[in-house]
Amino acid sequence: MAIEEEDVRKIAKLARLDLGPEEIKLFQSQLVKILDSMAELSALDTDKVPPTNSVLGAVNRLREDEPKPFGEPERLLDNAPEREGPYFKVPKVIE
Amino acid sequence: MTKRPFELTVEEIARAVREGRLSAEEAVSSHLERIKSIDANIRAFLLVLEDFALEQARIVDKKRKAGRPLGLLAGVPVAVKDNILVQGFETTAGSRILKGYKAAYDASVVERLKREDAVILGKTNLDEFAMGSSTENSAFFKTANPWNTACVPGGSSGGSAAAVAAAMCPLALGSDTGGSIRQPAAFCGIVGLKPTYGLVSRYGLIAFGSSLDQIGPFTRTVSDSVLALRVIGGRDERDSTSADKSVEEALSGWEAGIEGLRIGVPREFFIKGLDPEVEASVRGSIETLESLGARVEEVSLPHSRYAIATYYIIAPSEASSNLARFDGVRYAFRAPGGQGLEELYERTRGQGFGPEVKRRIMLGTYALSSGYYQAYYGKAQRARTLIKRDFEQAFRKVDLIAGPTAPTAAFRFGEKTEDPMAMYLSDIFTIPSNMAGNASVSIPCGLSKAGLPMGLQLIAPAFGEGTLFRASKALEAARPFPGLAEVA
Repeated sequence: MAIEEEDVRKIAKLARLDLGPEEIKLFQSQLVKILDSMAELSALDTDKVPPTNSVLGAVNRLREDEPKPFGEPERLLDNAPEREGPYFKVPKVIE
Repeated sequence: MTKRPFELTVEEIARAVREGRLSAEEAVSSHLERIKSIDANIRAFLLVLEDFALEQARIVDKKRKAGRPLGLLAGVPVAVKDNILVQGFETTAGSRILKGYKAAYDASVVERLKREDAVILGKTNLDEFAMGSSTENSAFFKTANPWNTACVPGGSSGGSAAAVAAAMCPLALGSDTGGSIRQPAAFCGIVGLKPTYGLVSRYGLIAFGSSLDQIGPFTRTVSDSVLALRVIGGRDERDSTSADKSVEEALSGWEAGIEGLRIGVPREFFIKGLDPEVEASVRGSIETLESLGARVEEVSLPHSRYAIATYYIIAPSEASSNLARFDGVRYAFRAPGGQGLEELYERTRGQGFGPEVKRRIMLGTYALSSGYYQAYYGKAQRARTLIKRDFEQAFRKVDLIAGPTAPTAAFRFGEKTEDPMAMYLSDIFTIPSNMAGNASVSIPCGLSKAGLPMGLQLIAPAFGEGTLFRASKALEAARPFPGLAEVA
């Protein structure tokens, strides 16, 4: 499996991870190794095998969509790194 | 000589408290003192809830004095892995990104423990977000194995396993995505149960691999494990994967004895790389089960050799999605500096997550990315079906599968940290059960020459916990477990 540093930067961007040059190098070599060891799966003939998404064989469990009070919203808001009143605050997103 | 409270089992404490021979406060104080005297060497706890625990204990004692009936776990101190929410207290999942996060509600399992008058004693150390097999990936510190403090306790629930083995509590909760309860239970010489997928609610567990994660108990005896499962198991409408099965259905027949039980030994579990001492003790235990009346035969799980590759595609893929929520907006940590929302996400995650978590997010993101999805994730889900079918095939012939929990006893700190693949191989025998969603347990099967515990893994079909415990109980009676670790 050929993975270049450029590919690692692309994946990091998709994953929203700010990685330093050392990390990019390290992950590049480690991902190559890990993905190589996974190549053994290609030896398996799975053309007629269905995928397992859930071991329970569960179908969607539906219920009425009824709002219920949570109790104390403060418990959630207390964890905000930055807040304003009852809102989580983020940097400006619209120019 | 009478035992000190910290030496008692879950059943013994609950009974003594209910009968008024021991107060919940005495039980809790004894464990708190034990923690103070030895946890500086073990470091099992990230957080000890001393005041809260004593306060809960006094409530239990008052309840008894008022003549009100007490729950199944009256006065039993319980430690909880720090990826399970206990309302009002910091829950970090072993990660800097959650440092300072205070749980806004109780996990269902914690609610159930409290309802049965258990006392929440503290939060235990783990590999960051439960990703690891040694607890060395905790962002805060390493936990030592109580049997030999130069060795790891296993992981990811290493703090919970070490706490129970060293008698800092008689019961602890862990979570198991690829072996994170069973492998540390084996390394620490105690009983670790991974219940059937769907039997125990995950509401309030910080999600890692949602199609695999299960919460389960660590205890020093088999019947303590049964009791703990009775309390935490069963349908919960707040977890959409919770099954319509009661714990009693799953436990049915657990006291029936071993006579006539058919046990399958998978030839693929006795491979190169399996430590000869582990192999000898596992085979010895299986012979004991046979001498007690079980019928033993060889079975085959031909696709289990693909389990690691399958797991390390599926679990990181699910993790990369589950961990997307940690973005610097809602959960305590936000990296300073940077411009705009995008940079806020990237910097917070870049600084907040440790190397193993980043590695798995990268791996999962890659496996799910456009152009690779079918080759990796799609392929792994089909391989998972084959692994699951192997078990279905085997369980037509036998009631139970027996083999090693881990290929070796506990290894030394740093031994596997440089090579991720070497660490991943620790889970080679435990992963297949998560893939199939069935019930499995690790029970102690002996001590190595170096004095380290080794574990026997038993695997039953989904909702076959009763079968697991039938065999476990018989083996415990015939070959007593090693007991408390002598903490040096």
